[in-house]
This record gives sequence, C-alpha cells and structure tokens, in this order.
Amino acid sequence: MFEFKLPDLGEGIAEGEILKWYAEEGGRIEEDEPLMDVETDKAAVTIPSPRGGKIAALKGKVGDIINVGDVVVVIDDGSAAAATVEETVAEKTFAQPDAPAPEPVPEAVAPAAMPGVRRPVPAAPATRRLARELKIDINLVTPSGPGGRVMPEDVHRFADRGTADPVAAAVDTAEHVPAKQVRDDTAFAEFAAHASATIPFLELEPMPDFSNDGPVEIEALRSIRRKVARKMVTSMSLIPHVAHMDEADVTDLDKFRIREKERRTGGAGGRLTLLAFVIKAITAGLKAAPAFNASLDPFREEIIYKKYYNIGFAADTGRGLVVPVVKGTNNKSIIQIADDIYEKATLARDGKLPPDDMRGGTFTITNVGPLGGTALLPTINYPEVAILGMGKVQEKPVVRNGEIVIRKILPLTLAFDHRIADGADAARFVAELVRQLSDPSLLLMET
Amino acid sequence: MVMGSLREETQIVVIGSGPGGYVAALRLADLGKEVLLVEKRERPGGTCLLEGCIPSKTLIHAVEVKEAARQAEQFGLTFKGVEFDPAKLRAWTDEVVGGLSDGIKGLLKRRDVTVIQGHARFESSTSLSIEGGEVSGIDFEQAIIATGSSLNRLPEGIISSVWSSADALRLPRIPESLLVVGGGYIGLEMGLVYQGLGSETSVVEFFPRLLMGADFDLVDIMVGQVSKRLHEIMLDSKVKSIAETGGDAANGFDVEIETGGQVVTKHYDQVLVAIGRRPNTDDIGLEKTKIATDDKGFILTDESCRTGESNIFAIGDAATGPMLAHKATREGKVAAEAIYGGEVAFDNRAIPAVVFTDPEIAWTGLTEREAEEQGIKVNIGRFPLSALGRARTLGRTDGLVKIIADPAGGLVLGVGIVGPMASELIAEGTLAVEMGATLEDIMVTIHPHPTLSEAIMEAAEVAAGEAIHVNPPRKVR
Repeated sequence: MFEFKLPDLGEGIAEGEILKWYAEEGGRIEEDEPLMDVETDKAAVTIPSPRGGKIAALKGKVGDIINVGDVVVVIDDGSAAAATVEETVAEKTFAQPDAPAPEPVPEAVAPAAMPGVRRPVPAAPATRRLARELKIDINLVTPSGPGGRVMPEDVHRFADRGTADPVAAAVDTAEHVPAKQVRDDTAFAEFAAHASATIPFLELEPMPDFSNDGPVEIEALRSIRRKVARKMVTSMSLIPHVAHMDEADVTDLDKFRIREKERRTGGAGGRLTLLAFVIKAITAGLKAAPAFNASLDPFREEIIYKKYYNIGFAADTGRGLVVPVVKGTNNKSIIQIADDIYEKATLARDGKLPPDDMRGGTFTITNVGPLGGTALLPTINYPEVAILGMGKVQEKPVVRNGEIVIRKILPLTLAFDHRIADGADAARFVAELVRQLSDPSLLLMET
Repeated sequence: MVMGSLREETQIVVIGSGPGGYVAALRLADLGKEVLLVEKRERPGGTCLLEGCIPSKTLIHAVEVKEAARQAEQFGLTFKGVEFDPAKLRAWTDEVVGGLSDGIKGLLKRRDVTVIQGHARFESSTSLSIEGGEVSGIDFEQAIIATGSSLNRLPEGIISSVWSSADALRLPRIPESLLVVGGGYIGLEMGLVYQGLGSETSVVEFFPRLLMGADFDLVDIMVGQVSKRLHEIMLDSKVKSIAETGGDAANGFDVEIETGGQVVTKHYDQVLVAIGRRPNTDDIGLEKTKIATDDKGFILTDESCRTGESNIFAIGDAATGPMLAHKATREGKVAAEAIYGGEVAFDNRAIPAVVFTDPEIAWTGLTEREAEEQGIKVNIGRFPLSALGRARTLGRTDGLVKIIADPAGGLVLGVGIVGPMASELIAEGTLAVEMGATLEDIMVTIHPHPTLSEAIMEAAEVAAGEAIHVNPPRKVR
C-alpha cells in the first residue's frame, strides 16, 4: 500500500485545486501515467503516478483544495501496510494468555500519545484563550517570545494585521476561512458584521438569486481568476492610486523600430516591439526617480528602494492574466529585452512559464494598445508602487511649429502610489519618458 | 406519585460525581445553569475519593511517618514500640474520606445542584433512564458523561479471595506475607503500604522493569530504596497459577511463578492483583446515541470534550487520555465552559503524573524516553539531591531532578523528579511547561533557600551549562 502525498509544487505553493482525475478508485494505473491535474495559483500541472498498482482510494473530488503534504491517493502496489504490521506486533506483545494481565500504568499513556491531540504551541494558557476568543489559530501566529513562546502581543499583532485594513481582513479571512465557509446565513452574517464593523457605510448582502430574472451559468472562481481578485482588492484597498496621463509622439521611434525589425527578421531582435523600447525607457526613468521602483511597508513604516530593475508586462494568455517579468533590464539591450518578451509571452500563453519568471517584479507595464483604447486607469501590481498603461498608437493631427501634421501618438497613463510619490514627481517621470520615446537617439544612450 | 415513575427535566445533567463530574456540576451552577447530578454510589467523590487517591494517600502517609521514625535513627532519634492499630487506621481513613465526601455534598447543596442516586443509561441523545432510585428518567438539553472507570475483572481462573487494590485499601487484615502481582504504580504503592504495616511483601512483574511508564533513571533511584524494604522483586516473571493452600484462603496461597527460566511455587499469606482499570462506558446506553468509543471503550471527544453528539460531553476516565483525577477535573471545567458557550479547549501542554512510592516519582510534559522514541533533540540537565543542602538536612539524598529542554531556545519541554516531595515539586515544572517557560525563566526565578525546590533551579542551570553546585560537564567534541 503506497500513500502518495501532494508533492512540493515549487516556490511558495502550498495548495492546489483538483481539476481532474485520470484514474478512478478500483482501477489500475501504471507508473508515470498521468494521475491528476492540479491547478495552483500560478499554473496547472499534470501529476504522474509515482507507482503502478490498483487505486485503493482517491482522497478528494474534483474542485477540492488539497494542501502540499496531504495524501491524495492510496495505491495498492503490493507492498505491506506498514501501520498495520506495527499494530499487530504491538498486540502480540501485550496479549499474553496465561498470565494475569499485567497492570497497565495509566501514566504511560502520555498526553502526546492521546489520539487526535497534538501538543499545543508554547504559550501561556491565558494567551491561548486570548487567541481562541479572537478566533485565531494560535499555531499560525509568529512567536516573538524566548524559546519560541507566543506572547499576547503576537496574538494581538496577528489579529490587527487582519483588521488594519478591513478589505485586507476580508481577503485574509477569505484565505483562511474560505468563502466556502460563508455558505449559511449565520456565517454570512458573521462575515458581513466583521467587515462592516470596520468600513463605514459598507453593507454586504448575499447575492440575489439572479436566475429568478433569467437564465444564468455559474462558474467557480478559481485559480488565476481568484488570485487576480485577491491581488486587485489588496492593491485597491491598500494603495491610494493617482493617475497621470500624457501622450508620446512615437513617429520617429516607430519608423526606427520597423526598419530595425525588418533588418533583423529571423534573428535576434526580429520580434522588436514598441514594448521593448518602453521597458528600456522606463528603466532609465526609474534610475532617475527611485520612488517609482520602491515598495512601502505599512507595518514597519519603511520605504524599500530597489536597486535592481525587473519590469513585468501584463500578458493576456487565454487562461487569464499573467505578468511575466523581464529581469535586470538595466543590463540588457533593447534587442535582448525584445527577445525576452517574446520568449516569456510564448511560455505564458502555453501555461509553461516557470513560477520564478512571474515573481520579483519592481514595476509593471500593461499594454492594451493593440486591442484598442485611448486611455486606461491601470491598477498597481501590489506590492509595487507604479504601473504604466499603454493605449493604442494612433495617427493623429497635431501641431508642430505652427503647422498641423499627422503623427503617431501613444497615450500613456502612469498610476502611482501617492503615499510615496506626488503629482510633480509623476509629471517629471512621465515627461522624461515621453521625451525618450519621441527621440530614438536618446534611447540609444541607454543601451 | 408512584415510585420509579418520576421523570425530571433539566438543562444539564452530569453523570458521575467524581473529580471531573462534581467540578463540572459546580462550575455550571456558578455559570447560572440548572444542573442535575446523577451518582450510582451513595456518596459523591468517585473512585479517586472513595477507593483511590485519597484513601491510598492516607495510608501511605501513615506508613511514611513510621518509615521516617525508623530513618530518624541516623540523627539520634529512636522510637520504641512503634506499631499500628489497624482498626484505628481504618477509622482514620474513613474519617478523611467521609469528611471530603461530605464537603462535596455541602458544595453541591449550596449551589442548588440536585443529586439523584441511580444508574443512568441513555435512551436517546436527550433522555436518560435511571435505575435504582426514586427518579426513573431525566430529559435534558445537554449532558456530561463523567462515569469514570472500574477495576478490571479478575482474569479467568483467579479466585475471588485474592485482593484487588480496592479490597486492599479497606485494610481487611495485615497478612504475614503478601505477593503483589503487578509492578505498576498501584501495585508498588499498595505493596509499600502493607510492607510498612508489617507484611513481608514481594512484587512480581511481567515486564523487565518496575513502573514501565516512567523514565528509567528516575525509576532506578526509587527501586534502589524500595528494594531495601521489599522482600523480593521478581522481574520478567509470570504468575502461572494461584491456588488457596489446602483449598482454604485462611491457609494462604500457593503461587506458581515462572521466573529466571524456571517455575517455582511459593507460599504467601495473601495475594494482591493490581489489574488495571477500564472505562465505565459499556452499560450507559451509548448505543442509543451517536457517541463513538475507541477499541478499549474510551469515548472519543474533540478538544472541548464534545462527543459525537454535539450536546453531550465526556470527561475523565470515561474519555480518551490518561486516567488521572487532575485531568478529569480540568476537563470538567472545559466541558462546563464549553456548554456555557465560552471559547475553551483542553489544550494543555502537560499533564503531570505522580507515583507515591518512597521516594516519590513525578514527571510532566515530555519524558526523556518519549524524546528518544520520537527522535526529538533535547538538552537534559540532571541535578542530584545529594548536592542539595535541604536534602542533606532531611537525611534524604536519594533523589534527582531533571529538566528536558529544547536545545535551540531553551524552552522547557519536560521535568522529571524522584525524591521526597516530588509530587509537590512537580507543580513548578508543570507550570513551566504550560507557560512555555525557558531555562532562563526558571534560573532567574528566586527559589527559597534551603528548600528542595532549589533542585529545579539547579537542574535548569545544569541544562543551560551554568551550574554552580555541580562540577562542570566535560565537553564532548
């Protein structure tokens, strides 16, 4: 009997949702045959069976969330059941027929051996009660006391972290007490009361039954969609967003880009896009204005300025929004950046982008231009502090030297965190960006 | 009103008035609940008070006084004609037990907790039938099962004239010679009582050690002392048969013992079989409910002592966990507060265990053996009582305190003590484990001098490598 536990799926992934079983209970499976599809916050993966044999039990249904380390399947591979063997041995040792039963020593049944009872984390009983009263699992609290003891302050800090920002609290609650538990009226009332106790005027009500008004189709909020939901609510509630808009005249840049691209077709830089130039220009801008390449830690009240430049770009993959990150853009040429963009966008579309290529960003660009749009208000990719939105490049009549001429115009919006930068900073940042994009020779100085 | 047809209705019924049940009933009454307490026996108190902890400790104390008088010879105090009056000792034990039982009665009465005598069985998850009293049934909203445990029945083929520990506690007589079958804590405690009362006492144990549950280094020190008082300790030995000599228990018993690879027959005036206990859950109508038990009959509960029926709780010996009065008492409070609606759980980190041998043994939290078995890395500080001033003044240097700590942060994980007053001293260790204290916490706390309690501070210093009163440990590279 072999118990297969959900393996570590890579960086920071603690759980996954069962998307599909390839096997059924009672059926047979060969080693390395696909066993199940699991979707995590980052990607969907197919897990092969580690053993061949008969499926004794599947420990979950499609749609269940399983944690790394949970037993997901029991495979009868012909090996003995270790636990059963141990039990038998123990029984044999103690069942001695012709002797008066030796008196058991009750104390030998130490608390640790009590079924289903684990020894709680070190904390004073009053602290443990405090945690229960605040509905906190004390095992999740980071201890600050000597020897790893959880102190009352730790419990309070943990509780405050949940309520410092009410929406964050709701998100936090949703992580630990998934909306799944808010299924009955009582649970909903509790959830709503908790949220509205912290946000004036907030009135949470259960969703009406829309099917009363017409046909509906219901889809579970899962995986990437759910991750985006959490991220956006967190960003919009923690960060005071301000948007600054401008237009860049990319006529000359575009002419230069098309010429270079054609010259390089099939080789390095053959996929030269406007985005690659924007990433390079942004990198130059971030060096001059470090506030936009920072993060703000509201708990420690610190601003962290990053001395590295990893620019993420939003990619529409068909599976959902993914943000691949081009790393070290200050040390890369525009051509290298363009190749990186193409490679990562392709991987993302195929769902094969490694988790490491989706993390570590310091600034994000969203380019919806190719799909259209004259202006947009992007949401900052928390915990970054700024995002650049690119609209659609259009030929427009503009005035140059007192004359109306037709130029290619790129609308730009910088959404930034007003906690660490002000309107004037943004105006200077965007003006410099516009200047660089308007004159390709300036960009050359950055390569 | 016809006798036996009266039904009562109540918010809460507690079944059993032992140290778990009566405490739960009192706590619930204090929380403003209406409580009925059902008790099978005539007096409240349960096994602990009526035929366990309290009478045995009364007898043990009497014997210890005699033993102390004997040991006083070493400092020039001699007693002549020290002897027991068994009738008076019996009466004294009854007085102690009776006084405490009356005390519980008074507490229940002053809280307006009605006590109903009879044997309760569940009819459903909200009703009980009562046998043997005026009330025939009780309808309740919530219930606490605190029915405790009973001595195991004597194994087949063992004659009834052999004593159980409950028989022995009643001091029927002081036999010339006594064989105690079972070297666990009850066997040793009772064996030492009868040795002190004048019986030539032997112990036979199936396992290769006495007190199999405790750490060996603690047991070894105890055995070193106890073996001076016991006639014979037969380890790794099996009782093959027990027969009344000449077919009459008045002549004593012939006991066939397989020991040291051969079978010997020995004669004893009396045989005491300490045969363990089982939970009282087989005749309380659990089958009428969704309450589940494990394979030994212990009721399965969650951390607030709730059973498979959400309105019924189980505590003490009837529920899983060690069969100890202090565990029952804590669970009684947890169950009562859970019924009241408090955020409460039996989440204790340590349940102390105490053996009233002479010297006493006590331990709490993680033991050295558990650490070994579970592969937990620990740092152990041992302090012998021979290095302690107060132990010398008492003439009792037969002891050891050891502290088991986490090598990383110095968190105290367990404490083990053998020596005089170990049962009292263990309380500090339990508080330390429960609070998540570190070695430093114990070392910095000022312990009164000269007392035995200093040994705990000293052991903490040894564990931390800062001991003053022992030679520094040799560094092992």
